[in-house]
Amino acid sequence: MTMATAAPNTGFQLSMLIYDTRYRAISLQLFVLLLVIAAFWWLGSNLQANLEAKGRPLSFDFLWSRAGYDIGQTFIPYTNDSTHFRAMLVGLVNTLVLAVFGCLFATVIGVVVVPLYEMTPAPNAFKLTDEMIASGTEPAASMILGGTVAITNRGTYIPGFLFERGFSAGWMTTLAIFLVIGGSLAAHLTLNARARRVQEDTGVRPVTWWQSLLVLFVPLGLLLWALGFHLDIPQPPSRFNFEGGVVLQNPFVAMLVALSLYTGAFIAEIVRAGILAVSSGQTEAAYALGLRPNRTMNLVILPQALRVIIPPLISQFLNLTKNTSLGIAASYADLRGTLGGITLNQTGREVEAMLLMMLIYLSISLIISALMNVYNRSVQLKER
Amino acid sequence: MKKSVFIGALAATMVVAGAGFAATLDDVKARGELLCGSSTGLTGFGTPDAAGNWTGFDVDLCRAIAAAVLGDATKVKFVPLTGETRFTALQSGEVDLLSRNSTWTMSRDTELALDFVAVNYYDGQGFMVKKDLGVSSAKELDGATICIQTGTTTELNLADFFKQNNISYQPVNVADDNEAQAQYVAGACDAYTTDASGLAASRATLPDAENHVILPEIISKEPLGPVVRHGDSNWGDIVRWTYYALLIAEEKGITSANVEEVASTSADEEVKRLLGVSGDMGVKIGLDNAAFKNAIAAVGNYGEIFARNIGEGTSINLARGLNALWTQGGLQYAPPFR
Repeated sequence: MTMATAAPNTGFQLSMLIYDTRYRAISLQLFVLLLVIAAFWWLGSNLQANLEAKGRPLSFDFLWSRAGYDIGQTFIPYTNDSTHFRAMLVGLVNTLVLAVFGCLFATVIGVVVVPLYEMTPAPNAFKLTDEMIASGTEPAASMILGGTVAITNRGTYIPGFLFERGFSAGWMTTLAIFLVIGGSLAAHLTLNARARRVQEDTGVRPVTWWQSLLVLFVPLGLLLWALGFHLDIPQPPSRFNFEGGVVLQNPFVAMLVALSLYTGAFIAEIVRAGILAVSSGQTEAAYALGLRPNRTMNLVILPQALRVIIPPLISQFLNLTKNTSLGIAASYADLRGTLGGITLNQTGREVEAMLLMMLIYLSISLIISALMNVYNRSVQLKER
Repeated sequence: MKKSVFIGALAATMVVAGAGFAATLDDVKARGELLCGSSTGLTGFGTPDAAGNWTGFDVDLCRAIAAAVLGDATKVKFVPLTGETRFTALQSGEVDLLSRNSTWTMSRDTELALDFVAVNYYDGQGFMVKKDLGVSSAKELDGATICIQTGTTTELNLADFFKQNNISYQPVNVADDNEAQAQYVAGACDAYTTDASGLAASRATLPDAENHVILPEIISKEPLGPVVRHGDSNWGDIVRWTYYALLIAEEKGITSANVEEVASTSADEEVKRLLGVSGDMGVKIGLDNAAFKNAIAAVGNYGEIFARNIGEGTSINLARGLNALWTQGGLQYAPPFR
C-alpha cells in the first residue's frame, strides 16, 4: 500500500496544476494575478475611453504650467509664478514634515503622557485644538518668555537666528556650526571613553565634567561670537502681523497637536497592552536576580514588549500619515490641499491629480511600512 | 471568450455613460426631479433653512427650471457643493446643472468641458475688513493675512492683484463661505475676499455687521451664472431660455401675480409666444408650450427674484447696479423671444 501512494511521478501533466499541491498554490496565484491585471486593464481602458468621449484625454502637461495661486506655509521656496509641479512638491513636503513630526510627538505622547485625548473622535480633537489655539481675538496676543515668543491666533512666532558676519553662503555658516558641534561631541565622547578606561584600570573615575562642559560649549560659543550671532526676536505688529522671527503657522500647529494627541492616545493603549503582554513572572524573575525596577523595565520587559508593540504601531504611523490629508480642515496646505485641492480645481484635471495622489500616498505608506518592518525584524525573537 | 465578455462589458459601460451625458432632459423627466448643484449655504443666494427648505437667488433659478421642465417648482433636489467639488460633480453627472455663483471663465468653458449658458449676476471681487483696522483701500493691505475660498477664481485674482500692486499677503485657504466667515470672525485673517455679493451676504449674517466694511475696490469681473455639461446643447438651451424668459417677463411687466391674466389678455405677440398662448416655442426645445408661463408663475420674474432674495430691503441689501435691465442702464439683456 505504501509503495502505491509513494509512487514517483512519471512526468509533468497539465492536471497537476490543479491537483498537485506543489503547483496549485502557484497556479492559483497566477490566475488571481491575471484576474487583477485584467480588472485594472478594464478600468484603465474604460477611463481612457470615457475621457476621450468627453474630449479630455489623459495628460499631465498641466504640471508644467504656472500655478498662479499662493500657499500659506511653505518649507521650500514657492511663489504664484511657480509651476503646479512645484506646488505639488510644496504640498508633499508639508505632508511629510507634518507626518514625521506627528509620528514623533505621537510616540512621545503615547509612551510618556497619560492619554488625555483617549477615545476623542478626530474631528472633536481638531475642534478642541482649534479653540485652544484660537483663543484671543486679535493677532497682537500674548508674549511669553520675556517677550521673545509670541503666541497669536494666527501662529506662534519664535526667535530666529541671525548672523552679522556670516560666511558669504548661508549653507557654509550652517556647515561650520555643524562641524563645530560634531567636533565638540566627538571630543566629549573621547573624554568619556578615556574616563571609563581609567575607571576599569584603577577603579577610580576621574572627574571630567568641567572638561566636558568646556569642550562642548566653548568652541560653539566662540564660533557664534565670531559670526556675530544674535536672536531675531519677533516684533509686535505695526499694522497686521508680527514681523521677524520664525513663524509656526497655526494650521500647522493645530494639525500637529491634533494628530499627535489623537494618535498618541492609541499608541498609549498599544504600549500599555504590550507591557501587560509580558508575563509578570518575568518581572518577578528579574527582581529575584536583584535587578532594579528601571533596569527590569529596560532590559527585560521592554525588549519583549516591543515585539508586541511594533506591528500595531506601524499601522498607527500609517494612519497618522494618511490623516494629514485632513489639512484643509485647518487650512493647512498639504498634498491633498495643493495637488488634490487647488491644482485639481484650477486645472480641472481630477483624474490625473487623483492618480498622482494615489501613487504618492501609496509610495509614502510603503516606505514607512518597509522601514518599520526592518525595525520590527531587528527586535523580533532571534532564533539561533 | 473571456476577451469578448470584457469588450462587451466595456462597450455596454460606454453606451450607458454616453447616454448619461447626452440627454439630460430625458433623464430629468424620467427621474421626475431636477438635481441642482447648489452652494453649501450662502445667505440670499442659496441656503437651506432649519426645515431643509432651500431659498435664494440661485435656488429660484433651479425652481424656475423645474417648473418649466416638470411643471412643478418643488421637484428639485438641491445638492450642496463646495467650490472644490462643484465642477467635478457636474461633469460626472451627479447634478443636472450648477446654479451656485460660479464665475464664467474661458478655461472653465473650454478645458473643463462645461457650458456657461447665461449670466444671472454680474459681480466682481471685493474685500471685507474690520472697521477698526482703519483700512480704506485694498492697496493698503500689504502684509495682511487674507481668508480665501479654495478652488475659486478669486484665489487666482487675489494673487494677481497683490502681485500687480507689488504688495504681499499671507493666504488662509478655506473650504467654503461658512468656514471663511468663521476664520475671519475669529481673527485668523485680517480680510476676507470673495465676490462682492458674497461679501454682502456674509456681512449681513454677522451679528455686528456695522463693524465691518467692504472696501471700494472691485478687483475683477465675476460674471456668475448657471452651468451645464458641454455636449448637451438642448439642455443648455432649456436652462438659457428659461433664464431669459424670466428677464423678458420683467421687461414686459409680467409677474407671478399677473401671469395668468396677462396670458389671457395680452396683445403683445412676444408675450403671447413667451407664455405659450401662440406659437410652439416650448415644444421646439422639448418642453410644454406653457413651460415658461409655469416658470414665471412659480418664482416670478427676474426682478421679483432679485428683490425677494438679495434686493434692497432684504438683509443682504444689494442694489441692482449692473444687474438692472438694459432698459434701465444695466447689463441684463435677453435676446428676442422669437
